[in-house]
Amino acid sequence: MTTEQILWLLPLPPLLAFVFIILFTNRWKVLSFSIAVAAAAISWIGSMVIFSRAVALHEFGKFIFQSNINWLPTGDTYLRIGVMVDPLTAVTLFFVGWTVLMIFIYSIGYHNFGKPKGDHDRAGLQPHGATVKDEHGHAHTELSVEPMFSRFFAFIGLFAFGMYTLVVSDNLLTLFVGWEIMGLCSYLLIGFWYGKPSARAAAIKAFMTTRVGDVFMLLGIVYLYSVTGTLNYREIFYNPEVLHVLGNTYTPLGISVASAIAILIFIGIIGKSAQWPLHVWLPDAMEGPTPVSAMIHAATMVSAGVYLAIRIYPLASAGGGVHNLTPAMMTMGIIGCFTALFAATIAVAQNDIKKVLAYSTISQLGFMIAALGIGAYVAAAFHLVTHAFFKALLFLGSGSVIHGVEHGALHTGEHVDPQDMFNMGGLRKKMPITFWTFLIGGLALSGFPFVTAGFWSKDEILADAFAHGQWLVFFVLVLAATLTAFYTMRQITLTFFGAPRTKAAEHAKETPWTMTLPLILLGVFAVVAGWAGIPEALTAGTIPNWFHEFVGATLFEHPEPLVFNFTPMLDSILISLGGLSLGWLVYRKVKAGDPDPLVKPMGPVHRLLRNKWYFDEFYAYFVVKPTIWMSEVFTSLWMDRMVIDGILNAVGGIIGRVGHAFRNYFDAPVVNGFGDFLGEGTKWIGKESAPLVQRGRIQGYMVASLTVIIILAVAFFFFRP
Amino acid sequence: MIPLSWFLILSAALFSIGLFGVMARKNAVAILLSVELMLNAVNINLVAFWRYGNIVNMAGQVFAIIVFAVAAAEVAVGLALVISVYRRFNTVVADEIDLMKW
Repeated sequence: MTTEQILWLLPLPPLLAFVFIILFTNRWKVLSFSIAVAAAAISWIGSMVIFSRAVALHEFGKFIFQSNINWLPTGDTYLRIGVMVDPLTAVTLFFVGWTVLMIFIYSIGYHNFGKPKGDHDRAGLQPHGATVKDEHGHAHTELSVEPMFSRFFAFIGLFAFGMYTLVVSDNLLTLFVGWEIMGLCSYLLIGFWYGKPSARAAAIKAFMTTRVGDVFMLLGIVYLYSVTGTLNYREIFYNPEVLHVLGNTYTPLGISVASAIAILIFIGIIGKSAQWPLHVWLPDAMEGPTPVSAMIHAATMVSAGVYLAIRIYPLASAGGGVHNLTPAMMTMGIIGCFTALFAATIAVAQNDIKKVLAYSTISQLGFMIAALGIGAYVAAAFHLVTHAFFKALLFLGSGSVIHGVEHGALHTGEHVDPQDMFNMGGLRKKMPITFWTFLIGGLALSGFPFVTAGFWSKDEILADAFAHGQWLVFFVLVLAATLTAFYTMRQITLTFFGAPRTKAAEHAKETPWTMTLPLILLGVFAVVAGWAGIPEALTAGTIPNWFHEFVGATLFEHPEPLVFNFTPMLDSILISLGGLSLGWLVYRKVKAGDPDPLVKPMGPVHRLLRNKWYFDEFYAYFVVKPTIWMSEVFTSLWMDRMVIDGILNAVGGIIGRVGHAFRNYFDAPVVNGFGDFLGEGTKWIGKESAPLVQRGRIQGYMVASLTVIIILAVAFFFFRP
Repeated sequence: MIPLSWFLILSAALFSIGLFGVMARKNAVAILLSVELMLNAVNINLVAFWRYGNIVNMAGQVFAIIVFAVAAAEVAVGLALVISVYRRFNTVVADEIDLMKW
C-alpha cells in the first residue's frame, strides 16, 4: 500500500472495533478486548510504517506525504479535507501509536480480566471484590472483574479513532472533528463509573470546561477560514506570503490578524491542555479508570492541545519571531509559565497519587506552551514526545500501585483509600517491576541527568530560554522544574520506600503481566526517546541531533540550532538532583499516621496549596454560582417567565379579548344575525307563501309559468342586451 | 304558392287554442287533447319551414315524425295516468286532484 492509502485507513480500525464491540460482542469479554487490542495493533503497525517511511525520505519536510479530496462545496470552491504526514505528524504518530497500544494492553489487566465476578458488583460502579475459596476451603476476598468490561474497550476504541483522525488530518476542520470526538470520549470515560456522584460531576465539569475553550477555538478557525479561504496546514503555515499578509494586517484591537486567530485557537488549547485558568477539570478527571487518565489525560488528548499549539506556531509567530515576540506568543509564554509553576506548587501538597500526576501533567504541558511562547519550537515538540512516554508510564505505574494496594485491602479487609500515598510505603519489595518502571518514569519527569528522556527535553527548553535572554521565563521554569523534582521524589519515597504504613500496603501484590509489560516497554522509551535530541555540541558532533533536524523541517524557515552553553545544562543537573534529594530527605521517615512533614513549617501556605489555591471554590463562587443564578433566576424566572412569557401572555390575552369582542359585538349580532335572518326569512316566506302559491293545481302552475315566460320574453324583446 | 306566413298564422292559432284548452279545461282528458293540439301546431311549423327552406335537407320532416312518436307515447302514458287517477279519486277534474301542495 502507498503511504497515503495507509494514512487514510489509519484511524479506521479502532472505529470499527468500537462499532463491533457495541453492536455484537458486548457480552463476550475475550472477543471484545481481542478486537480492541487488534485494532490498536493494526493502527500501531500503520503508524510505525508511516514513521519509518517518513524517516527514510530525503529532505522530508519540504516533500511530505499528503492526499486530499473535495468535501463540502462552498459556492464556487470546495472545502478540501485530507491527510498529511509532515515531520511533526510523524513523531506524533510515533508516540501516539505506542502509548495507545500499550494502554490498550494494560487495560485488560487493569479491569481484572480472568478474575471472578464480584459478589455485589453493579454496572456503573467500581468492582468491589469477590469472595473465593481456595483448595483448602479457606475463603478470602480478591479483586473482581469490571462489570462493564466490553464497554470500556469500545469507548477507548472510539477515543483512539478520534486521536488518529486528529493527528493525520491536514486541516483544522478535521482536526477539530477529532478534537471533539476525544472530548466526548473523555466525558464518557471520566464518567465511566457513573454510579459515583463524584465521577458524574467530574465528567460534566471536564466537558463544560473544555467547551468554554472550544467555542473560542471554533471562532478562531472560522476567522482563519474567512481571511484565507482555506484550513489546510500546508497552505497557511508553510506559506510565507500568507503568513506575511496575516502578520501585517491589523485588527481594530491593535494586534495582527495572525495573532488574533492564534490567540482564539490558543484558548481552545488552554481548555484541552488544561492550562490556567481552565485547568480545573483535569485533576477531577482522575475519577475515571487509570488507563483513561494515562491515555486521555496524560499522553494523547491533552497532548493534542500542545500538538495544535505547535501546529499554529507559524501563525502565532507571524510578523514577529524569536527576537520580537508577537502578542500571541507572549500570551502563550505568560500562561505557560504561570501554569507550569502554579500546578507544580499544588502537586507538592496533594496526597492522592493520581492527583499529583494530574497536576504534574498540567505543569509539564505548561512547560511546552511556555517553550512555544519564547519560540522554542523544536524543544516544545521534543518535550511533548518524551512527556507522553514518561507520563503514560507514570500513570500506568500509579494504576498498578493502586491495584496492588486494592488487592492488599481486599485481602486484609482493611478499609483504606488505595490512592492515598500516606497509606502506602514500602511497596518497593512487593511490586518490584512497578517500582523500577515507576522510578524510571519519575526520574524522567524530574529530569535526572544524562540518562532519562525528560532531562534532554526539559534542558532544551531551559537552554532556549537562556539563549534568547528570556530571564523571567528561565527563572520561573527553573523554579517549576525544582518543584517537579521535589514532588516526584516525594511521591516515589512515600509510595515505595520506608516501611508499609497500612496492612493493605503490606499485603500488596505485583500486578499481572498485561499490566507490567506496557510498563516495561514505556520505561524503555522514557529513557531512549531522549537520545534522539542530544545537543550536538555536547557530544562534539558524534551523535547528530536528529530530532532537531527532523522536526525543524516542519517549518518553512528551518530553526537554527542553539549556541551551546553549559550554564543552563548545569542548572538542569543541579535542580534535578537538588529537588530529588530534598524530596528524599523530607519524606524518608514518614511513619503511619504522621501528617505531611511540610504542614508545620509551611503552615497556611500548605493549606492553600493542598486546596489547590482555592480555585475550585473561587470558580464555584464566582463562575458556577452566578451562572446558575443567571440561568435559574435571571434567565428562567425573570427573563423567561416574567418578560418573555409576560409579553406572550399579554399578546395572547389582548388577542383573546379582541377576539371575544369581535365575537360578541360583530360576529354574533351582525354576521350570524344576517345569516340567520336570511335563513329564517326564507323559511318564513316559504311557510307563509307556500299555501298560497302551491295549491296543487296544475293549471295554476301552468298559468304562473306562462306569465313568467311572457314577462321574460317581453323583457328580452325590449331590453335586449 | 301560399305564403309561409299563412302556415305560421295557422300554427299560432292552433297553438293558442291548445294553450287555452290546457289552462281552461277542467277535464284531464281534454287537457291531454289540448296538448296534442299544441304539438301539432309545432309540426305544422316544422313542415312549413322545411318546405320553404332547403328541401334537400330532410331534418324538418324527420323532426315532425319524431314529434308524432313522442306525442303518441305521451298520450299513452297520460291516459294511463288519468285512468289510474280516476280509479283512486273517482274524478278526472284537474282541480280536484290537488295532492301536490304544501
